[in-house]
Amino acid sequence: MSILVSSDSKVIVQGLTGSAGTFHAGQCMDYGTKIVGGVTPGRGGQTWENPSGSGTAPVFDTVREAKEKTGADVSLVFVPPPFAADAILEAVDAEVELVVVITEGIPVMDMLKVRRVLDGQSTTRVIGPNCPGVITPGTGEGSKGGCKIGIMPGHIHRKGNIGIVSKSGTLTYEAVGQVTALGMGQTTAVGIGGDPINGTGFIEILEMFQEDPETEGVILIGEIGGNAEEQAAAWIKENFTKPVAGFIAGVTAPPGKRMGHAGAIISGGKGTAAAKIEALQDAGVKVAPTPSHMGETIKELLGG
Amino acid sequence: MNIHEYQAKEIFRRYGIPTPKGIPAFSVGEAVTAAQKLIEDTGNEVVVVKAQIHAGGRGKAGGVKVVKGAEAAKEAAEGLMGTTLVTHQTGPEGKVVQRLYVEQGLAIANELYLALTVDRESKRVAIMASSEGGVDIEEVAEKSPEKIHKVWIDPAVGLMPYQVRQLAFGLGLSKKASKGFGKLVSALSELFTKEDCSIAEVNPLIVTEDEDVVALDAKINFDGNASFRHAAWEELKDLSEEAPTETEAKAAGLSYIQLDGNIGCLVNGAGLAMSTMDTIKHFGGEPANFLDVGGGASQEAVTKAFKIILQSDAVQGIFVNIFGGIMKCDVIANGVVAATKELGLKVPLVVRLAGTNVEQGKEILASSGLDITPADTMAEGAQKIVELAGKGA
Repeated sequence: MSILVSSDSKVIVQGLTGSAGTFHAGQCMDYGTKIVGGVTPGRGGQTWENPSGSGTAPVFDTVREAKEKTGADVSLVFVPPPFAADAILEAVDAEVELVVVITEGIPVMDMLKVRRVLDGQSTTRVIGPNCPGVITPGTGEGSKGGCKIGIMPGHIHRKGNIGIVSKSGTLTYEAVGQVTALGMGQTTAVGIGGDPINGTGFIEILEMFQEDPETEGVILIGEIGGNAEEQAAAWIKENFTKPVAGFIAGVTAPPGKRMGHAGAIISGGKGTAAAKIEALQDAGVKVAPTPSHMGETIKELLGG
Repeated sequence: MNIHEYQAKEIFRRYGIPTPKGIPAFSVGEAVTAAQKLIEDTGNEVVVVKAQIHAGGRGKAGGVKVVKGAEAAKEAAEGLMGTTLVTHQTGPEGKVVQRLYVEQGLAIANELYLALTVDRESKRVAIMASSEGGVDIEEVAEKSPEKIHKVWIDPAVGLMPYQVRQLAFGLGLSKKASKGFGKLVSALSELFTKEDCSIAEVNPLIVTEDEDVVALDAKINFDGNASFRHAAWEELKDLSEEAPTETEAKAAGLSYIQLDGNIGCLVNGAGLAMSTMDTIKHFGGEPANFLDVGGGASQEAVTKAFKIILQSDAVQGIFVNIFGGIMKCDVIANGVVAATKELGLKVPLVVRLAGTNVEQGKEILASSGLDITPADTMAEGAQKIVELAGKGA
């Protein structure tokens, strides 16, 4: 089992014919993901070719048409920031079940509108934006044969029993790499993104990990800014029964400076790493002392 | 992105938000001319000379002078121009005053607070208003939170009249002032959305003795992600407010923040970059910078990034920490080699590579002849560079 995506997921790619879309959709396809089509307005009827030569996919003008013709249940979005909100809402309108938004740099005002639409419906879930995506490793060489919907390096993964949820892309890779190196593996790794307004938060992913029988423990990776980690901690304390290892980036970040991610900023004394770590520890989460210890921490919690 | 008060007020006026009459000045002479003109126009001898820096807390730090007459305005301008202001937002090094704003004085009956921000929890724009204006609002929030009134804007319908009434009644305004406040808050909420702000703050918002509501101060931060639809922002930038290296890095598409330590860091990804700093500190070192080269940086961008670190006098050791996803380790390695070829490498360098194309990356570094200390994990790398560079000043 896994959460959100499995090897049966059928994926269309919005922005497939762009350079990022082509490269990463190709990588996903090579991993084993069923890339069944793409959407680029004005290029409907063309055929996209995987640069690796291992496959093709039909290109459509609209998400609705792509979904009807391919039976896709997931859309992967690479559309550039000025057009990204429109692309997400087109996927919502077409009732695609899961929309994974990789795009970095979408204006907050646009995401507020997207969020408002998402809150008024229950068909579509959005992951991201500004995230590495979602991956459920498979059993093949380099974890191939699973479902990779995003830009993460597939080969560092391994099928297993640890769920990972993170605001940061590269720290997700760190956690994945450590878990794999320690001989364990992942059920699903989810990047929720580091923007102030996103589609899915920690708690929703934790709910899914709670329900997933194969997930035995979770690594939760947060960072400074906002209070999503504090809320997740409170929820874990009340509801989550599996062991959780945590890490918060930005203990030494100076206040008032935006640390790369639009959401990663300490302002008015709020959103500090110290407060988040305290909340997590209070909820029984074991917080790793350095990001190099995330794997060991979850391993210890699961009885070494 | 930050702008100055006088620039924010120009935008305020475009949206019909009342502000005092004012004129920006880039020299003492200009400030005097501005003061004379304001005194002539308003028939009021009282003018305010305000330092323009990208930081709050100017009043407390002595950056705002209320004076009577053009001669006094000249003295105030001379006292401010070129001095360094230290406020609770500038850090201990302070900021040099290079621009002034000269404004008409107004008879204040009441000082209020008004701010709009993006509230991550409710996922809406929040409006906060308080009768306790002109002071540190964080203190009010802590000591008497009941004095802060909040409403949240639904993006589907915008700010509704009942919400404006809630705020006005909460502030206990007179009938005339309520009307002015309503107009102002509606205009500000329109401005906030249309201009892609992340913060708009008026502290104080004043009620004059004539019961007019006027924005005495104005602070705007823009959401940098929206710059593609605001060509005008380019002209509002004041590059003297940013560290030159930060500007240079931004132009190359890098996210760079200068810090006080002696260990330069080159990392991909914001989370990894932040936690690299944390790990260096964990082992007793001090990072010299935050640097995220991003996901898909070119070799040129990596070269630029490494050059910025090499050129910093404070740097006594460098830690390259990469977990390649989209970023390929060989691109990083090539960038590092290219930069050191040009500038030389005089300090210890620890490199930790993992992920995509890690073998190629290691090979490029190994055959470069550079004196590189390799590390397998971030913790190991951080520990090594702290030992090699020393624990900082």
